[in-house]
Amino acid sequence: MNITEKILARASGKTRVVPDDIVFANVDKAMIHDVSGPGVIKVFDKLKKEGIQVDKLWDPSKIWVAEDHFVPSAEKISAENIVKLSKFTKQYGIEKHFKYGMGQYGICHTLSHEEALVLPGEVYVGGDSHTNTSGALGTFACGLGHTDVAYVLLYGKIWFKVPETLYFKLNGKLPQNVMAKDYILKIIGDIGTDGAAYAAMQFGGTGISEMSVESRLTLTNMTTEAGAKNGIIEPDQKVFDYLAQRGAKNYSPIHGDRDAEFAKIYEYEASDLEPLVAKPYSPENIAPVRDVSGVDLDKSYIGSCTGAKYEDLEAAARILKSRKVKIRTEVVPAAISIYKKAMENGLISIFLDAGVTVGPPTCGACCGAHMGVLAKDEVCISTTNRNFPGRMGHIESKTYLASPLVAAASAITGKITDPRDL
Amino acid sequence: MERIGKISSIVTPLDRPNIDTDQIVPKQFLKLVQRTGFGKFLFYDWRFEPNGTPKKEFVLNDPKYTSSHILVTGENFGCGSSREHAAWALKDYGFDAIIAPSFADIFYNNCFKNAILPISLDKKLSADIAKSNSVVGIDLKSQTITYDDKTIHFEIEPSRKKTLLEGLDDIAITLQYESDISDFEKAHRL
Repeated sequence: MNITEKILARASGKTRVVPDDIVFANVDKAMIHDVSGPGVIKVFDKLKKEGIQVDKLWDPSKIWVAEDHFVPSAEKISAENIVKLSKFTKQYGIEKHFKYGMGQYGICHTLSHEEALVLPGEVYVGGDSHTNTSGALGTFACGLGHTDVAYVLLYGKIWFKVPETLYFKLNGKLPQNVMAKDYILKIIGDIGTDGAAYAAMQFGGTGISEMSVESRLTLTNMTTEAGAKNGIIEPDQKVFDYLAQRGAKNYSPIHGDRDAEFAKIYEYEASDLEPLVAKPYSPENIAPVRDVSGVDLDKSYIGSCTGAKYEDLEAAARILKSRKVKIRTEVVPAAISIYKKAMENGLISIFLDAGVTVGPPTCGACCGAHMGVLAKDEVCISTTNRNFPGRMGHIESKTYLASPLVAAASAITGKITDPRDL
Repeated sequence: MERIGKISSIVTPLDRPNIDTDQIVPKQFLKLVQRTGFGKFLFYDWRFEPNGTPKKEFVLNDPKYTSSHILVTGENFGCGSSREHAAWALKDYGFDAIIAPSFADIFYNNCFKNAILPISLDKKLSADIAKSNSVVGIDLKSQTITYDDKTIHFEIEPSRKKTLLEGLDDIAITLQYESDISDFEKAHRL
């Protein structure tokens, strides 16, 4: 069995599973945020009316809550949702509620690794489609709708159809100026936005062993854009060290068998990869940066669970150091811990000196919610993960998805720019 | 939950691939959490001008389709954000079935929680049904679609079918397996 199959087998008390088996799996961790949380509360209200007991959760210590989409509260409805979330966590005794303005908080998928909330070998579900991100730690992680999440919060289990696995093998180390973002964009361009529909996407090869944990998280994050059920990477010493630094212990990682089977194997040479963008209006609409260089931009956005981890900010700062931005540029660290580290290491000063606005952690403009959304016809280069029509604001705005290096280089020139050409 | 068995109505054709949940319900309505009333936000930015007047050219604004309960659309329908508001809005608007060459996974699951029958059909067949101008009949029990004097078969997992036919939600389904669950619990006590 491969790692996805082995995790689902263990979680459902089976010795062997194969793709298409239906398993009833015990969930280890679950997450809700300020959009899915109020949705779940509504589902609870409906269940209550139907006479179903909702006064106790399966295990409050395994459930955690993020405030990320509409925080700091964008307007009064968002503010009311935040109050609702606080009441909910208090009522049910959920202690892991990361509140803005009260220390560590940030984007849910970033907290999951920054705070080591999700561990190798676990089954983790969240009320958000990018829950796949945590698979980079060797976890089976996937997003669910509100009703499914409500069910997990009550019963701690859910059924899955065991997905088949597509294996992506990367040979060699990524060249300079090429980031994990370019690799995942390349893959999505090749297989399409439904190329991995209901499949697991597993990443391996020497290129992955060479890659930092944070870079790997960029890969699993965007498996969602290929329609994948989950994205996953076999955990190695880098993952164990990363989690140990964050206080994680007592977990039992799972690795795939030597004779693990995959539905399909794709192979990539790292040396063939180059900086890419996804053009409007789909993450599969891929082009080399040099093919679109010169496209005029109004804005550069360096943020989100995909593109505002510490390393992403570090990459952007390498480019922005001692330079000035020519277009509006925002850097939005994905969590307070990242913000603090960026400040301690001088990154925030580099950004401010370059003319960048640095915002508090939030999903914010990535999902077109607030704090820098786009006007009609505005063109943005962004380190985020989606560029559907209207994703970052007006339905006739345009977003190009790119790596932090490309977004920073483009901020300097005001046009889409390959960092190699700066 | 409402039962879904037979559906018959004309079909609303919306021939676009990769319609993501943000097109189905734009993000500005996510803050609202009532489960009902989302129909008025369905395909909002496609349906309405910024000042709220309906866009004449958009298919849902064609009076011909007012009584339609079947949406026929392009591949990878419901991709993007996991927001269940998308299913709420389609149901509230009046759609009981959606026919498409493929669906995004989370959206597909959300349909069954909200009494919507999603049917994956071969691209050609689906395009053929989209062109039909007369009433199309869907019978979940026999897994057939009848249109233009033709009857075709569609696939659906038996457990999913049961969910819709009997109007079960996950909680109700689980309660049916209560003894299996407690056996499982006994066998796997730590």
